[in-house]
Amino acid sequence: MRSIRAFLRRLAGLFSQPRWEREIAAELESHLELHIADNVRSGMSPQEARRVALLKLGGLSVARETYRDRATLPALENLLLDLRFAVRQFARNPAFAVTAILVLSLGICAASAIFAFVDAALIKPLPYKDPARLLAVDESTASFPRNNLSYFDYLDWKRLNTTLASLDVYKGTGYLLKTSGAVEPVNAAAVSAGFFDTLGVAPALGRFFHAGEDLRASPLTVVLTYAFWQKHYGGSRGIIGRPVILSGEQYTIVGVLPAAFQFAPRGDAQLWTALHPSTGCDTRRSCHDLDGIARLKPSVSPAAALTELKAIALRLERQYPDSNRGASASLEPLSNIVVGPLGSILLMLMGGALLLLLIAVVNVVSLLLVRSESRRQEIAVRASLGASRGRIVMQFLTEGIVLIAASLVFGLAGAQVAASLLLRLIPANMLAFVPFLSGIGLNLHVLAFASLISLLSALCFALTPLLLTSARDHHAPMSEGGRWSAGLSWRRLGSKLVVVEFATALVLLIGAGLLAKSLYLLLHVDIGFQSAHLAAVSIAAMDVRYAKDPQQIALARALVSEVSALPGVRGAALTSVLPVTCNCNTDWIRVVGKPFDGRHSDVLERDVSSDYLHAIGATLLEGRYFTDSEDESQPNVVIVNQTFARKYFPGEDPIGRRIGDLKLTPKSLRQIVGVVADLREGSLEEDIWPAEYLPINQDPDSYFYLVVHTSQDERAFLPELSAMLRRKHPDLGISEETSISDQIANSLSAYLHRSSSWLVGGFAALALILSVIGLYGVVAYSVSRRRREIGVRMALGAQAQTVYWMVLREAGWLICFGIVAGVLASIGVSRILRQMLFNVRPWDAPTLVEVSALLAIAALLATFAPARRAALVNPVDALRSE
Amino acid sequence: MGEKTDIWQGTLALMILKTLESLGTQHGYGIARRIEQTSGDLLSLNYGTLYPALLKLEQEGAIQSEWGVSENNRKAKFYRLTRAGRKLLSSERRSWEQTTAIVGRFFAPKGESL
Repeated sequence: MRSIRAFLRRLAGLFSQPRWEREIAAELESHLELHIADNVRSGMSPQEARRVALLKLGGLSVARETYRDRATLPALENLLLDLRFAVRQFARNPAFAVTAILVLSLGICAASAIFAFVDAALIKPLPYKDPARLLAVDESTASFPRNNLSYFDYLDWKRLNTTLASLDVYKGTGYLLKTSGAVEPVNAAAVSAGFFDTLGVAPALGRFFHAGEDLRASPLTVVLTYAFWQKHYGGSRGIIGRPVILSGEQYTIVGVLPAAFQFAPRGDAQLWTALHPSTGCDTRRSCHDLDGIARLKPSVSPAAALTELKAIALRLERQYPDSNRGASASLEPLSNIVVGPLGSILLMLMGGALLLLLIAVVNVVSLLLVRSESRRQEIAVRASLGASRGRIVMQFLTEGIVLIAASLVFGLAGAQVAASLLLRLIPANMLAFVPFLSGIGLNLHVLAFASLISLLSALCFALTPLLLTSARDHHAPMSEGGRWSAGLSWRRLGSKLVVVEFATALVLLIGAGLLAKSLYLLLHVDIGFQSAHLAAVSIAAMDVRYAKDPQQIALARALVSEVSALPGVRGAALTSVLPVTCNCNTDWIRVVGKPFDGRHSDVLERDVSSDYLHAIGATLLEGRYFTDSEDESQPNVVIVNQTFARKYFPGEDPIGRRIGDLKLTPKSLRQIVGVVADLREGSLEEDIWPAEYLPINQDPDSYFYLVVHTSQDERAFLPELSAMLRRKHPDLGISEETSISDQIANSLSAYLHRSSSWLVGGFAALALILSVIGLYGVVAYSVSRRRREIGVRMALGAQAQTVYWMVLREAGWLICFGIVAGVLASIGVSRILRQMLFNVRPWDAPTLVEVSALLAIAALLATFAPARRAALVNPVDALRSE
Repeated sequence: MGEKTDIWQGTLALMILKTLESLGTQHGYGIARRIEQTSGDLLSLNYGTLYPALLKLEQEGAIQSEWGVSENNRKAKFYRLTRAGRKLLSSERRSWEQTTAIVGRFFAPKGESL
């Protein structure tokens, strides 16, 4: 208590120095007077009296000094002095301070903003109970490392395993919600009864599903998301137990999810229903449409669980050789599935941002070096006046801290803005699947990270001038003549820094170059059809009126003829899956008349209307397209792609051959009538798979896409199309109106490639600018330090040309070293990039050469100005100036 | 060893407090003289160390100061004990007495108590 009071008084003493200085002076004065008077009274002469009094006081200045040490906090006082001095120094040379703070803020801003994303995606735990024990469970085959579970396999795995506390499944689904007048398609997820318990979340209202509520016989129930509840029921608490009609069936609302609930793999789901294994897929072991989540039992390792699941899968494979051939198990931390490909991209970006920060720090270090070089005299004076080494280091450290503190403030403010800007750049439909990014910004993690990198930078700043001053005696440079050699040590260190900067910048530039090339190749990949002027819309015909095949076929025909009649429409067609989406919806086939070993061969299955391949501008290589009359009353036919023909009929003519299911059931047999050039059905970066195109009239469904080839801009046509459809078919769910070109350009793989190459490109551009500025600084400073040497050379007959070349050669060497080091480093580093590259190798020679040339040219341009200045030196002035 | 002994800071503070208790108010010089006299001139005080000690006590709230005029009409800064200072003095005195008592026992003639 007393010491706190004393501390506060001493703290206050820092700011009332003049007052207590006066006070102590007066007090000591009066003390002396009293003492002298006493002494005189006891018979001393006035001089003697004064001498004795002073002696007894231990000297006036010492007394004052010991008093001052007690009056304030000396350590803090020194710090404040240093701070004041640092700020004054910077104020005297604002160009330096502004440049340094700008450069550092930039580096801190980029690193912190990216770190905010890394933190949200990879560091923060998932918002579930004990998320580390949650696993994503799936099947695994040769073609699909992560394959959906089939319903029966799920039941068997759940029954047979001993390592999982619980195993549950989910799948994406959709319903048509009847609102006033219209029907609205709603994305949803269907889950097994224990799904939310496995995650360990609690409902905001009502309950989640009971055990057994996911069985066929139990009544239909639904859990609402918080947003759905707010939107459709205004947050009314009385909705529990109320019915809701979804796709013509009555469901009972049993609960509401909390507002903060998120499940990224089904991020777009607005409703959660209990699984009802009544549909066709859930009645066949060969049909895979589920994903699993599991909670590990305590003290069971994921590896042990995987081993057990694999053993179970093997057992099932023996038991059901037809459906389960080659089906094993896959187990991953749930967080891997939640974050997906974003994880590795974020880590790459983090690397890029840290490299940029490194360049920024090196740049400021070299600025500080130049400054400390010109302050050598000041340091020498301070040292000879008795400043201790520690005191001088402390002062440099303080200056570094002032720079860093200012940069930290600006950098963090910038990071906050940058993070929210970056978040806004993510399209809304993708944002739903990265719910963990919402609310991104400055949090404790980011602040801690930014402080850490700032601290490290501050250390760099403090150490550099130290390196220079430690090697040398402080006293020598007090004489101006020290200049002759003074620049030497700096030139060595400064040059090394420039090489580091160049190498780092080149790593970023090469990374950006490779990513940009990947993006270009990705966007120009051959898709096998004409994406221009293609509009698409998703149709969900879930009403009971479309329950039977003939009704679905009639609807399909009606839609095609209605849309074809619209003005500006060149063709209208239907497909079960849009092109350039995924290598999914596969079928197992077997060729009639060829040996069969029972192994599953996955081919893509697309059910399309007769005009589809023609409408999207596919190339027919052989045979014919379908006709509209080829429905269930006609012989089964199929068109295959070129990859299919090559794989299953190498060197043969596939036309007229027949394929069927694994058992060659007579009903499944189809005759190949045509071969089309490969269409890109999977994403832009996936391989082309064998594909079969079946007439939609022979395999109708209640969910499909309508694709329209327009003569004008398809985007302008979309509103008209969906308005017409809604008007004529109020019972259809119409959604996902899109232009095929936009859909391709905004597809996940294009988006990820585009954003990563833009971001890394941005980092690289900044790195290029910073490193060129760094080189300019080094060369310009070196030239200014060598004015006298250049003057002597010229006085001795050197030509301007020679001086010019001397400077350029010096810069040239630095550039060469930097580029060689950078190329070597980037070959090492770009292994990390490999995952993100498309059709480009990490050591792609043209990119390496082009990017190195770009850096070299930029660097040479930066050295021309100082070289010219050196060549124009007037020897007389130069020699006189010193 | 000389006949005059140096004193250390903690003890000096105690002496200042005790001196002020008996003198009421006094200026720095007077306090110093009084301490030396009380010690029978056995203590030699470096007067320069007195003022930081006074400042410390004042910062801690044990004493208060005020400018005034001395008996021979000189301007001087006078110190006096505060209530907190009195409390401090009595607790310091107790602990001092305790300490000296304990140390005293070690030098007491009765050896068996060791």
